[in-house]
Amino acid sequence: MLDRPSPYAPILAGLLPLQATGIGVVRAGKALLSDISFRLVAGAPTVIMGANGAGKSLLLRVLHGLIAPTTGTITWGTGVDTDVAGRRSALVFQRPTLLRRSALANIEFVLSHRPRAARRQSAQETLDQAGLGHLASTPARQLSGGEQQRLAMARALASYPEVLFLDEPAASLDPAATLAVEALIKRASGSGTKVILVTHDIGQARRLAGEVVFLAGGRLSEVTAADDFFKQPCSATARAYLAGELIV
Amino acid sequence: MIEIGSVLSLALGLVTSGDGRLLEIVALSLRVSLSAVALGCLAGIPLGAALAVLRFPGRDIITTLLDALMGLPPVVVGLLIYLSLSRAGPFGVFGLLYTPTAMIIAQAVLITPLIAALARQSLAERHREYDEWFRSMRLSPWETITTLIWEDRTSLLTAALAGFGRGIAEVGAVIIVGGNIDRVTRVMTTAIALETSKGDLALALALGLILILIAVGINAGVALLRRSAERHAYA
Repeated sequence: MLDRPSPYAPILAGLLPLQATGIGVVRAGKALLSDISFRLVAGAPTVIMGANGAGKSLLLRVLHGLIAPTTGTITWGTGVDTDVAGRRSALVFQRPTLLRRSALANIEFVLSHRPRAARRQSAQETLDQAGLGHLASTPARQLSGGEQQRLAMARALASYPEVLFLDEPAASLDPAATLAVEALIKRASGSGTKVILVTHDIGQARRLAGEVVFLAGGRLSEVTAADDFFKQPCSATARAYLAGELIV
Repeated sequence: MIEIGSVLSLALGLVTSGDGRLLEIVALSLRVSLSAVALGCLAGIPLGAALAVLRFPGRDIITTLLDALMGLPPVVVGLLIYLSLSRAGPFGVFGLLYTPTAMIIAQAVLITPLIAALARQSLAERHREYDEWFRSMRLSPWETITTLIWEDRTSLLTAALAGFGRGIAEVGAVIIVGGNIDRVTRVMTTAIALETSKGDLALALALGLILILIAVGINAGVALLRRSAERHAYA
């Protein structure tokens, strides 16, 4: 699953680049996101950074098509339908939402379109590669926090998404579990899945990012290659954030 | 006053001897209430799921109505079913009045809102938990509902049990539409009412004992099932 590229990749028009144009979200008269435009291409992970309340998670949901923006548009590749794009991407949440079934059955659930025998085998392979093979028959919700998040990651990757959205996937995990989750992210990215990750953990962003999208107060501060961003961010808000100041 | 001790031993004797008439009454009670629960689940769970998951005009009104109908008085339900099944009523041609079928219908009407309302509550809770992920997966409403029902199976079992408890224990509806006819429509609750009024307290008490055993036994069974499900983190 993780080391092989998607078997569908050669026959489908690519989802990327992803073009966001003038994205704005207004809720109860309050502008939560305003006028956000950028273009994301295939390659290393894109990390969306910013302080709490900057609109990172909201932007991620808009990109994934879970929330319709009040203004602006999202365009995928050469005119791939938004709904189709949604089906060919996956989202992993901060808190894993696992079914009340075994770890294996959680993976099988997302493979329900395949024949039963192939499904079981494929699900077991997926678990093995996430290092959870020995826990296949364990009820998913009995796993530790780190194992649950790895299971959620493995489940998201089982259907070969072209784009993997991650919303603070390691926010509540200890360092060892974080390391395991980041290893999965790197392998997914290495096998050609475009990773778009929200985090407020600067260290994690340094370890994973190929490019940084920085938000402050619902506005886009900058989109910069990671090396440049951590050396010398363009925007004053990002400089302040990296220096550990509170941005109000 | 009669002596409680002798009545109790009489009752125990009846229960342990496997008296034919007693068994008939118990069997009919179970048949009527289990059928009513099956119908109640068949109608109530999809209805509760639709109210928990789908957004449509009138949803809030139906939800409120359903919650209110949980407390339907059995006697009134019995009266309404009686009116519709009687010769002059709209369903009179089927000749169902004073049959076990009429009793099943009455109990199903009584139980369905209870099961639907309880199912809606717990399914709505599950839906809040899974909604974003299901939408992320682009599941259809049908896939969402069937998955939620399976994920919520222990709570739904409890809802069914609550329905069964309401059915097996009620007397008002079955006595009106069934008529408490010996060997035809006599169930535990109507028999207890009759035997008590006749003064045959031994039979009444024996039936009461069995009724309690069934109610407590089924509750304990489901509680155990739930407990083990929770231990396995399926709940």
